[in-house]
Amino acid sequence: MTSYTDYTTGAPVADTKAPAGPIHERWDTRRFEAKLVNPANRRKHTVIVVGTGLAGGSAGATLAEQGYRVVQFCYQDSPRRAHSIAAQGGINAAKNYRNDGDSIHRLFYDTVKGGDFRARESNVHRLAQISVEIIDQCVAQGVPFAREYGGLLDTRSFGGVQVSRTFYARGQTGQQLLLGAYQALSRQIAAGNVEMHPRTEMLDLIVVDGRARGIVARDLITGKISTYFADAVVLATGGYGNVFYLSTNAMNSNATAIWRAHRRGAYFANPCFTQIHPTCIPRTGDHQSKLTLMSESLRNDGRIWVPKAKGDTRPPAQIPEDERDYYLERIYPSFGNLVPRDIASRAAKNVCDEGRGVGPGGQGVYLDFADAIERMGRKAVEAKYGNLFDMYQRITDEDPYEVPMRIYPAVHYTMGGLWVDYDLQTTVPGLFAIGEANFSDHGANRLGASALMQGLADGYFVLPATLNDYLGRNPRLDEVTGDHPAVREAVAETEQRVERLLSVDGDRTPDSFHRELGELMWEFCGMARSDSGLRKALERIPQIREEFWRRIKVPGTGEEFNQSLEKANRVVDYLELAELMCLDALHRTESCGGHFREESQTPDGEAARKDDEFSYAAAWEFTGTGEAPVLHKEDLVFEYVHPTQRSYA
Amino acid sequence: MKLTLRVWRQKNADADGAMSTYEVDDVSPDMSFLEMLDTLNEELILKGEDPVAFDHDCREGICGACSLVINGDAHGPERTTTCQLHMRSFKDGDTIDIEPWRAAAFPVIKDLVVDRSAFDRIIQAGGYITAPTGSAPEAHATPVPKPDADLAFEHAECIGCGACVAACPNGAAMLFTSAKINHLNVLPQGAPERETRVLDMVAQMDEEGFGGCTLAGECATACPKGIPLTSITGMNKEWLRATRKAGKR
Repeated sequence: MTSYTDYTTGAPVADTKAPAGPIHERWDTRRFEAKLVNPANRRKHTVIVVGTGLAGGSAGATLAEQGYRVVQFCYQDSPRRAHSIAAQGGINAAKNYRNDGDSIHRLFYDTVKGGDFRARESNVHRLAQISVEIIDQCVAQGVPFAREYGGLLDTRSFGGVQVSRTFYARGQTGQQLLLGAYQALSRQIAAGNVEMHPRTEMLDLIVVDGRARGIVARDLITGKISTYFADAVVLATGGYGNVFYLSTNAMNSNATAIWRAHRRGAYFANPCFTQIHPTCIPRTGDHQSKLTLMSESLRNDGRIWVPKAKGDTRPPAQIPEDERDYYLERIYPSFGNLVPRDIASRAAKNVCDEGRGVGPGGQGVYLDFADAIERMGRKAVEAKYGNLFDMYQRITDEDPYEVPMRIYPAVHYTMGGLWVDYDLQTTVPGLFAIGEANFSDHGANRLGASALMQGLADGYFVLPATLNDYLGRNPRLDEVTGDHPAVREAVAETEQRVERLLSVDGDRTPDSFHRELGELMWEFCGMARSDSGLRKALERIPQIREEFWRRIKVPGTGEEFNQSLEKANRVVDYLELAELMCLDALHRTESCGGHFREESQTPDGEAARKDDEFSYAAAWEFTGTGEAPVLHKEDLVFEYVHPTQRSYA
Repeated sequence: MKLTLRVWRQKNADADGAMSTYEVDDVSPDMSFLEMLDTLNEELILKGEDPVAFDHDCREGICGACSLVINGDAHGPERTTTCQLHMRSFKDGDTIDIEPWRAAAFPVIKDLVVDRSAFDRIIQAGGYITAPTGSAPEAHATPVPKPDADLAFEHAECIGCGACVAACPNGAAMLFTSAKINHLNVLPQGAPERETRVLDMVAQMDEEGFGGCTLAGECATACPKGIPLTSITGMNKEWLRATRKAGKR
């Protein structure tokens, strides 16, 4: 038997479909070359959209406005609850309203550099171009962005950049943008153009004659498993950060849709690129079910420090100024507290590893607003961050106006995802992936306030243009019916899986397995990774998987509202995806962005990239559960932003 | 802490429900209320019993999924969502009653889970600005005075949890509906649909079977986002204005 680590390397990814020519003309070129679908013919096409976050909500609304028949799904009770709603800080756009030297090219440059040169230039440039249209669109929808007294839009700066290009709605930017997309979607639901299925979870992809033609989904109220057919399927199901059990993701955010699509032929790219966010509230105990982010915008005015001395347990107020180490300001004087997330997280880990961490277990650093309150006044700080301070106080029972916040890094976002070409199409024709579900724009590290930008760029502008092309080229696909062998097989597999989960009747809960896997991943595939650690994890994961199928206990039946069954079903997929993440991390023996290999660092402990060996996106092909996958490389060519070792000093 | 929980159990929409009593030990004051329920559910699963079903997702107080009536109060004793309520708000030996939202327009699906799709239909009736993708003018073309933008934001903060309905003696959805109307109607972008929005949304609200407002004010007290009671007055004003205008046409 071959070991999982004996992966083979297949043919490189041949064509990303990105047009040639000057980078600022490529999107225009692609749109012009794309086939259009006559408005009268659009209603003959059905498009399935799974997920209703920023990407899915905006895509569903826009495709329906264009005249397509959209059938949309979300596991939540309402499309308004998708986890985009929890994004706090803001959305980037190259408007240059501040006249501070920003431009589309600078946003493009910052994003490629911030991603540590592991993203596709053409995609990133398009993202920067579209960013300006997103703000216009959202304002027109009534998104109540923060404004100046003159009535114009306010902006702020964010980690990893030196311009002020982040538009925001207090600490609830994600909520306001999502409600904008949800309301646009609601208008289309009312108009009969979108058939909305809330509380319905996609459990498999239906591939007929090599094309994505539908999904298998379970009605979470009745348990009924049904099939839905379409001419194209769009996955907007978010990231897979919940593999780690503890993350800032919503409790039910999951990887099932993208993992099932991967099993059906869609390549999975850069699974090891996960973002550990530096400013989360530290955990308090074993009961912890999730971690809460404190917006990165706090780093604009808060100062991060730990005591200079190890094991200094004095309350923060009793530690004099000269015994504090404002380590980000010390190590990175020009960016200071605003270094990118990966760097801030690793620096926090380092000072805690040195024994200088604060709070219970020494797993925390201070984020101090004393200077900001003195400089701006408490009222101004309240106006800017009031809701975040309230949230912090509610969770920790400490008053951040009086005592510095304690923060620690936590899993927040996954840059990896389904591999997509320039059209956002996966390797399965007719299957598209948008938003966090794809791997496309952030390379090895995402900059703050760029997730909202990418989700909305994909949904409002990119997909509606590229999907036209696919449907225009495939105007008359054969009708798919339930008796097609591929459909019957997908349904049977789903039903068998549900039955098997219910029939084991073991002695461990789904959560206990999820927690065990999460702890393993955090230890060996978290902020720092090593060859020996990853090999340990790769040995352990199949054992947990085997134990899962022997000892899992799921009460109740499949024909009812059964949250334990939902959970167990998601854990099955985490147990496979985790293995691919570790393999990807093992094979990439360089450090880049959020992927830090202990063996590959500069003398100062910074991440050392190996551009000669690893300037590619790793797209993995599934071959079987526990079987070694096949690696396909997409070479990354940098024509405009030349790779340098990132410096934020 | 050791607590006694009395929890509403109901197998499905058609079944009769009843309160069941459970004892929970080792509750830490740092736990969130939902984490306390997680530990109960872990025990129930291992005992082969059906765990308590409840809606929850972000656990950060923003998605609006969680929805428990705790000791008679929507979202419990603090002014926050259930997921942000911590066990330090209770004391050792307490007995806690946990029920679903109770309102005619929110039928129970199972245990503590209710169907709030009526809210979605109210938004579908007019809680939007018609601005198809691609049609937007430059964002700075229409300045919005800061006080108006702030007022819009204050109402836009609604998370659609339904606590206002659960708290209202009449099961009214006035606060939810008015929050969206005030958010959009105060903005210049929302002006063209100002009248149809309020008329259509209010009509849908009535059709869904929500009660009327008698100014009990319980909604605003329960609202975890602090949507003010004056939101309802604002909606009534908009509705009167729109009705008069419609009468003139």
